[in-house]
Amino acid sequence: MSDAESATKPFTIKGATGDWEIVVGLEVHAQVTAQAKLFSGASTEFGAEPNAQVSLVDAAMPGMLPVINGECVRQAVRTGLAINAQINKWSRFDRKNYFYPDLPQGYQISQLYHPIVGEGSLEITLDDGTTKTIGIERIHLEQDAGKSVHDLHPSMSYVDLNRSGCALMEIVSRPDIRSPAEAGAYVAALRQLLRYVGSCDGNMDEGSMRADVNVSVRKAGQPFGTRTETKNVNSVRFIMAAVEHEAKRQVDVLESGGSIVQETRLFDPNSGTTRSMRGKEDAHDYRYFPDPDLLPLVFDEAFIDQCRASLPELPAAKRARYQADLGLSPYLAGVLTAEKETADWFETALAATAAKLGKGQAEVSLRVANFVSGDLFGALKRLGKDIGESPVGPDALAELLALGADGTLSGPLMKQVFEAMLETGERAGAIVEQRGLKQVSDTGAIDAAIQTVLDANPDKVAEYRGGKDKLFGFFVGQVMRAMAGKAAPGVVNDRLKALLDG
Amino acid sequence: MSVDSETVRKIARLARIAVTEDEVPGLTEQLNGILGWIEQLGEVDTKGVEPMASVMPGHLRWRADAVTDGGIPDKVLANAPEATSGFFAVPKVIE
Repeated sequence: MSDAESATKPFTIKGATGDWEIVVGLEVHAQVTAQAKLFSGASTEFGAEPNAQVSLVDAAMPGMLPVINGECVRQAVRTGLAINAQINKWSRFDRKNYFYPDLPQGYQISQLYHPIVGEGSLEITLDDGTTKTIGIERIHLEQDAGKSVHDLHPSMSYVDLNRSGCALMEIVSRPDIRSPAEAGAYVAALRQLLRYVGSCDGNMDEGSMRADVNVSVRKAGQPFGTRTETKNVNSVRFIMAAVEHEAKRQVDVLESGGSIVQETRLFDPNSGTTRSMRGKEDAHDYRYFPDPDLLPLVFDEAFIDQCRASLPELPAAKRARYQADLGLSPYLAGVLTAEKETADWFETALAATAAKLGKGQAEVSLRVANFVSGDLFGALKRLGKDIGESPVGPDALAELLALGADGTLSGPLMKQVFEAMLETGERAGAIVEQRGLKQVSDTGAIDAAIQTVLDANPDKVAEYRGGKDKLFGFFVGQVMRAMAGKAAPGVVNDRLKALLDG
Repeated sequence: MSVDSETVRKIARLARIAVTEDEVPGLTEQLNGILGWIEQLGEVDTKGVEPMASVMPGHLRWRADAVTDGGIPDKVLANAPEATSGFFAVPKVIE
């Protein structure tokens, strides 16, 4: 889409007073993939016993000083490069002051004034195939807070600091998003990109990625309205629901003569609604100031070059290459590049298939792509396995596809052998050998089978020869059955025609 | 720039410092004294001078990404007024 095209039919909320446009900006918090925390040597692994992965730095004991984890810096820079952003070789940390039991320091170390990554952008693809570019204002590094558990005791909250001090990237979009679908597509594209880069595992269930959703509404052509911020929404579906609900709520308020208060709201996944966090009138008064414990964060161009060199081919480039060089449809290119692991697997299988057949990759790409996205994905779904756990490896699949391409196996036989491979873990060649599944294209054997079928059905032969052409399919079926499905279909067709007509 | 008694009460609340009504006038006066002194710095011509990020020269040293700490829940919880099942236990903080 062109932005122009999208502008012709924007998503709107139908109100009593007319159509309202919605304006959305997202702040995505992505936990940085690293062994240790941003400023301490405690582990970041998910699911440990409470407070088992807490250093005295994370617990904010007096006299402890933070020391930055270089890997978190590297991952933030790599992420910035992946969104074509400006990388700031000089950045600085600030203290964001607020009080909550899961924040032992009484402040979060963040980067308000001088973030590590500046302006960039991300292209999103909507369901109808149109694309749109969403601006990204900045990415900064900050500490995560601990976790409060409220439902274990009637009058107490329990606090676990294991997550306290883990590195987060806060990725702040421009208010370029105009519909719930665009919000969903943006988060999905960002998650995919982070997983390709390897800077965040994107695991929304474990809280590795969550979003603060800023929403406002306006009549077409009007300036931005007052926005609200719905905190910590943790799935693509919930983010879309939060956008939609909040926009409708604002339209209702405005149309009944009210005004929108700039406030922080909470999303309730059970009802799909948002509600105000009451009593937080001071919540935005964070009194930021430069953290006196931390010197500026500085690196050179060579470090940025190393980060750039370590990036894999990114999803957009990969999709484009699959279409341009491999001749795949946008749909297949999208499906095969959805996850980096899938794309890697496909590319290994493609290279192996081409090598076995002595052909170029573009000549066999469709064969491999169709089998991977169809038969293999279907089987994995049935087995409840990831591509990394596939019982059939890429080289084994290539062997099967090569046997199909060179005429050894017919389509139905390939499926049969594939099932046997899934079951036994054996190679295609071995299964074909053991079970005698080789496709028969020897005309002598096929002629013999045809003759038996014709002899057994003299009445049908007479009808066919009398002009009932439709019976041809019946004969093909009988011959294939007589040969247990192993006859080469092309040869059967040719010989049957010759013998019936002759 | 100066602060009034309302601002002093607000700052105290944000910093979670208990300030009695009796103390407000004195603190207001003291804070305004400090602000006045700081304002004198505005008289210095700082054109072309980079804002200072730290009194120390240099930049951050980086740590390797390795787990070298943690595994000390007893020490972490040692000063907690109340701890249960490995958690800090605090008065309920949700409505």
